[in-house]
Amino acid sequence: MKKRERIMLIIKFMFLGIFFLIYMVPFIFVLINSFKSKRDILLNPMALPTKLEFSNFINAFNKMGYIHGFVNSLIITVFSVLFIIILSSTTAYILVRKKWKFNQIIFFIMVASMIIPFQAIMIPLVRIYGSIGMLNSKWALIYMYIGFGTSLAVFMFHGFIKSIPLELEEAAMIDGARGMQLFWLIVFPLLKPISMTIAILDVLWIWNDFLLPSLVLVAPEQRTLPLSTFYFYGTYTADYGLSMAGLILTIIPVIIIYLILQKYIINGVLQGSIK
Amino acid sequence: MKEEKRFIDKLKTYLLYAGPTTFIFFTVIILPFLFGIYLTFTSWDGISNSHNLVGFSNYIEAFKDMKFLSSFGLTLKYVLYTVILTNIIAFLFAYILTSGMKGQNFFRAGFFTPNLIGGIILGFIWQFIFSRLLVYIGNNFNIPIFSSSWLADPVKAFWTLVIVSVWQNSGYMMVIYVAGFMNVPKDLLEAASIDGANAWRRMINIIVPMMIPSITICLFLTLQRGFMVYDVNLALTKGGPFKSTELISMYVYNQAFLSQKYGVGQAQAFVLFLVVALVTVIQVYFSKKMEVEA
Repeated sequence: MKKRERIMLIIKFMFLGIFFLIYMVPFIFVLINSFKSKRDILLNPMALPTKLEFSNFINAFNKMGYIHGFVNSLIITVFSVLFIIILSSTTAYILVRKKWKFNQIIFFIMVASMIIPFQAIMIPLVRIYGSIGMLNSKWALIYMYIGFGTSLAVFMFHGFIKSIPLELEEAAMIDGARGMQLFWLIVFPLLKPISMTIAILDVLWIWNDFLLPSLVLVAPEQRTLPLSTFYFYGTYTADYGLSMAGLILTIIPVIIIYLILQKYIINGVLQGSIK
Repeated sequence: MKEEKRFIDKLKTYLLYAGPTTFIFFTVIILPFLFGIYLTFTSWDGISNSHNLVGFSNYIEAFKDMKFLSSFGLTLKYVLYTVILTNIIAFLFAYILTSGMKGQNFFRAGFFTPNLIGGIILGFIWQFIFSRLLVYIGNNFNIPIFSSSWLADPVKAFWTLVIVSVWQNSGYMMVIYVAGFMNVPKDLLEAASIDGANAWRRMINIIVPMMIPSITICLFLTLQRGFMVYDVNLALTKGGPFKSTELISMYVYNQAFLSQKYGVGQAQAFVLFLVVALVTVIQVYFSKKMEVEA
């Protein structure tokens, strides 16, 4: 029995090991080739680079407008997520605490709307916002992200706030807390775990999103990182070393964050999917 | 909070807390959705300001469009394969990674990595792998299946999409299945072992029924992502070779923004919405029915 278990363990480990290799290999080869010249890559894409040369990275960094892309992505992601959290939490709070018929209808519409795929509204969305001149601005994009992110966030906050006992708020009211003060001082701090989950899910989504920014942001200096990578790669596809370096530059910030916050990110995904 | 009695007080409270959200939500989701339905009944070309009502002719044209139908068929095939493969692989990963082996956190983190990176970049990475690396391997080690780029062959290009999507999504689903496995009561499994149930019996009779909630979520997510895929499609195959791998999202996008057929494009997008809504609602309904209590 002992022997059989050990064999099973070895089989499991090998199975995982092989798959792990397959999962990582694409990243590894992109990394290796990002240090090589086009000639070396054509000669042998599997060989290790003979020397560590960063010229591809410096070139890619300049040609793709990395700083612009990074800063735009950062501004858009941070503001969108902040607004989603602030606006959705107060909304969910009022929807939970006030059992008006109207609130139930709004909540129902929000939950039902989650089934609408982006593709079903992208054409009219561009039409409407184009006709009032709101395209090509990152603030318009942030506005849209709030709209797209709000229903899931309200839904998740709603589930969480329901479990918070009303006594806490009643006690705070006796102590003199009124109106919004009550929410921000007493309720909002309790929402930290669910706010973290929502923030993680939304950062992953907004930072990596391509289709919506590609429709809204037209001018090159407005581009987010996925957009500038897309145009850069399109222009320099044949220049393999350079294009690989561009991909690595885009991946690096995410991997650094992942190494630091790995536990929270995986946990956030988990909590988010169960709700 | 104090109880509002008059309508005007209720309205004030509502607007204070939920006003901005409600406004943004309606202007970004509901208004375009309704306007989109209206657009499907017009002959708008994207430039002129006149919307002539044309009844159902856009829908008729949508269904007469053979390319739309074949793109839809291809998407169904793609969804079928990615949903099945992603869930099987994710389930297996989760099963092994909850058996208490060493380094399981390392493996979990590794398998999850593709989910941190946008589909555009993942597509480009694999484009290099399929068109350069594998071709090199095929030619130098005499492996005929790799000797020409998979992206240049319509059938193989379809499979590159399936492979990359499974690679991309299985880590995410794995995380959900891991949570499911950890929620299977240990005493139930022990009791079954004592009663003589082997690993396979325990899997079929205890683990799978207890995992139905996780399976429901993962099926829902993989179905939805499958129908909606765009980024990987664009970066990896660009719909090629010869438009043979244009999945439905890309088709609708091109129809509207490249061919300027907004009315027909929106009608096709709306058909897509109805199909996705129907499929996911049916799936969730049946999965929910299969749930059991411990």
